[in-house]
Amino acid sequence: MATELDKVDVVVVGMGWSGGIVSAELAKAGKSVVGLEKGHNAKRSDYIGVKDELRFDNRFEIMQSLKGDTITSRNEIDETALPIRTMKDMQLGADVGGASVHWAGASYRYWPYEFEIRSQTIERYGEDKIPDDMNLQDWGITYEEMEPYYEKWEKTAGISGEQDPLAPERKMEWPNPPLNETPSLKLFKDATAELGLHPFQIAAGNMSQNYENPDGEKLNACMYCSFCTRAGCDFDAKSDPLATVVPTALRHDNFELRTRANVRRVLYNEDDQRATGVMYVDEQTGEEFEQPADVVVLAAFAFTNNRLLMLSDIGEQYDPETREGVIGRNFNGQYNSAFHGAIGYFENEKWNLYMGAGALGAAVNDYAADNFDHTDLDFIGGGAIELRQYGFGAISSSNNYPSDTPSWGAEYKKQSLKYAYSALHIWYTSIAMSYWHNYLDLDPTYKDEYGDPLLRATYKFGSNERPIGEFGVDKCVEIMEAMGADIVEADPLPDEFDHVYAGGHYTGGVVMGADPETSAVNSYLQMWDVDNLFVVGGSAFPQFGGHHPTPTIGALAYRAAEGVERYLEEEEQLVEPQTESSNA
Amino acid sequence: MAGEKDEKVFSRRDFLKTTGVAAGGIAGGALLGGFTGFKFGEDQSEGDSAETDTGGETAGGEGESGQALADARTYISRQEDFAALAAATERIYPEDDNGPGAIELGVPYFIDRQLYGTWGTNGTDYRMGPYRPMSSDTHGRQEKMDRGEMFLMGIRRMMEYAVEEYDDEFVNLDGEQQDEILQAFEADEVEIDGMKSAAFFSLLRSTTIEGVYADPTYGGNRNMEGWKMIQYPGPRMGWMDQITAEEFQEIEPESLRAYQGGGM
Repeated sequence: MATELDKVDVVVVGMGWSGGIVSAELAKAGKSVVGLEKGHNAKRSDYIGVKDELRFDNRFEIMQSLKGDTITSRNEIDETALPIRTMKDMQLGADVGGASVHWAGASYRYWPYEFEIRSQTIERYGEDKIPDDMNLQDWGITYEEMEPYYEKWEKTAGISGEQDPLAPERKMEWPNPPLNETPSLKLFKDATAELGLHPFQIAAGNMSQNYENPDGEKLNACMYCSFCTRAGCDFDAKSDPLATVVPTALRHDNFELRTRANVRRVLYNEDDQRATGVMYVDEQTGEEFEQPADVVVLAAFAFTNNRLLMLSDIGEQYDPETREGVIGRNFNGQYNSAFHGAIGYFENEKWNLYMGAGALGAAVNDYAADNFDHTDLDFIGGGAIELRQYGFGAISSSNNYPSDTPSWGAEYKKQSLKYAYSALHIWYTSIAMSYWHNYLDLDPTYKDEYGDPLLRATYKFGSNERPIGEFGVDKCVEIMEAMGADIVEADPLPDEFDHVYAGGHYTGGVVMGADPETSAVNSYLQMWDVDNLFVVGGSAFPQFGGHHPTPTIGALAYRAAEGVERYLEEEEQLVEPQTESSNA
Repeated sequence: MAGEKDEKVFSRRDFLKTTGVAAGGIAGGALLGGFTGFKFGEDQSEGDSAETDTGGETAGGEGESGQALADARTYISRQEDFAALAAATERIYPEDDNGPGAIELGVPYFIDRQLYGTWGTNGTDYRMGPYRPMSSDTHGRQEKMDRGEMFLMGIRRMMEYAVEEYDDEFVNLDGEQQDEILQAFEADEVEIDGMKSAAFFSLLRSTTIEGVYADPTYGGNRNMEGWKMIQYPGPRMGWMDQITAEEFQEIEPESLRAYQGGGM
């Protein structure tokens, strides 16, 4: 039987950006906080001396093992879902620091339009612009309200950037200047400027110089070693929780971190509608514990946040037949339909593409958000067009050959050696919408190692995905031609979601909003139904924005930390619900 | 490189034919040892002189270019399975004017070692049933077999298919015939119990390329010849001083052995 531990003010589940930020802020405020992390107690020295493409990019060393727990996936509501069995098909963060240890670092704020996408779309284009299948929702918070939290996160993380000429003017400079400009980035910027677009250097969670953040954590200037994405930084040069909020939290005696603590239930008192703590298993000993707390913060990956609520029977499960219920509703994510564009092969250019940094790149935002007129377009929203110089390993570079080349044999060898460093890929980071038919629930067949049902994702493309994808590919082809590539190839768009959960951008299911009928949490990520339960992270996105998610997740975590602190004083629902609006 | 011309005269096909005999139990360890190096018998002396030319990290044990690979299998038991695997990898990544092919790069041994470990036994994969290996084209791996079993069953089906279609052992066929067999697997035209032939081919193809370009400590990419061909310099502290350079930087590769520098 579970051992009951001493009660604390706050228990935080998951120790990535979200859990790390909430823990650090509440520890600083003097609250007693226990952080529970399912994975290992990762340290910087786990990443020193291990620059190894096979191990991290192909065997996914620091991703969550799917051995005991994965998700199942299907396209249609009447289909039997199959489990995602290998990390090649789904890469989830693991261990202390979470997915942010292996993130690349691209840092965009979402746009004012995106936070109020439903009301502003109606205002500009009329209600008919919104397709019937789409659950398009405002976030219940505006860009102006988000800005101070963005600033907080950007300072903590030490983001290196420059003003995007099309973005709202920043009240605060980026904490660090942009990363270096390489020849391939310059080519992209020159070509897009020539086309009348507005290029800029992507803001990066890779330090352009040595930096000390407001909490006193020191980060080092990035060395452009290229082992960034899917790897951990060996140099404290990447903005991640291991270099920032986790050590900040650990500096306080009122914070305790327990690793290999696999939370399996939120303990919930239905009569009082209160969470009383969590139950977890120590994965090293197999022992069960109950950790009571005044406030429970779920700050795990979107899938885990959703599943814990479902397994704990908290909130009303979304049902696509009746379209009622909010838990699992508006599952969305930026993968598969996004990141398509064009590849260019250059006969007379050869770049140092084996060097780089995760977010080293250039972009244009002329086709982001509502920065372009959608009157005659059959989609909503947009995204950035990016060129990135991650720094590519040899296995990865061997994939650069024109599509009329066979994928193996003599001709493959010849062409892949020729184009290894003479190919550039640009893509459109298009917005990803939520639809009534895409949702999360518990699988009826497949179980985890404890016998609990796996989470099931039901996801297919809605009316926005192909039109916006085709638009982005066309624009990328135009830019790649302007860049002077000898061969330009448009990325083929998939007909349907193929169950490859690559890239880590899966969100929603416990979404934020102003209306409890269409959202599970308020703008502090406090549950409408359970005042002392906060569900923090990508699970709160009502739909995806047109950019990488991390800064918005970081900013929302700062907002949630403020909410938890307020709740500990006021002990009530922090936001007045608005029930009249937006039931799509 | 000295001896290169002679090496090509002694074709891979002849060599594999000979090892096919070895598999029949005639020859002993010395012949098997000469197998992936493909320079035994009449080419031995030429091979030795080629080796001195390329040098490399021989002291570090990363394999010596052109030399017979002194290595052993720890997963694939049957010599004939290994010979067929080696022949298939060489078709996927053949020797050419740019440099060595999969066999000389040690790729068959790389694959053998991968299959012995966590990856080969699907140690970090979800492995609970029910299994439906054939029911979807888009759900990634769904096979009941682990990767090691998929390799063995795939190779053996390939060998069987060679006899069915060409009335000869896979290793005895010429390159074009071997390619035709691999193409049939790639196009999912061959039946194998429990998996699609395309799934086996995709595994074979990707693992072969990994063996060419992964760090040599894994047993492939011998003497960093894969990296030399693709001009990849290997892991370094960083490229701060070169990151804005206009010209392509040709840098002699170093591997993890050099980067970690021991450290016991």
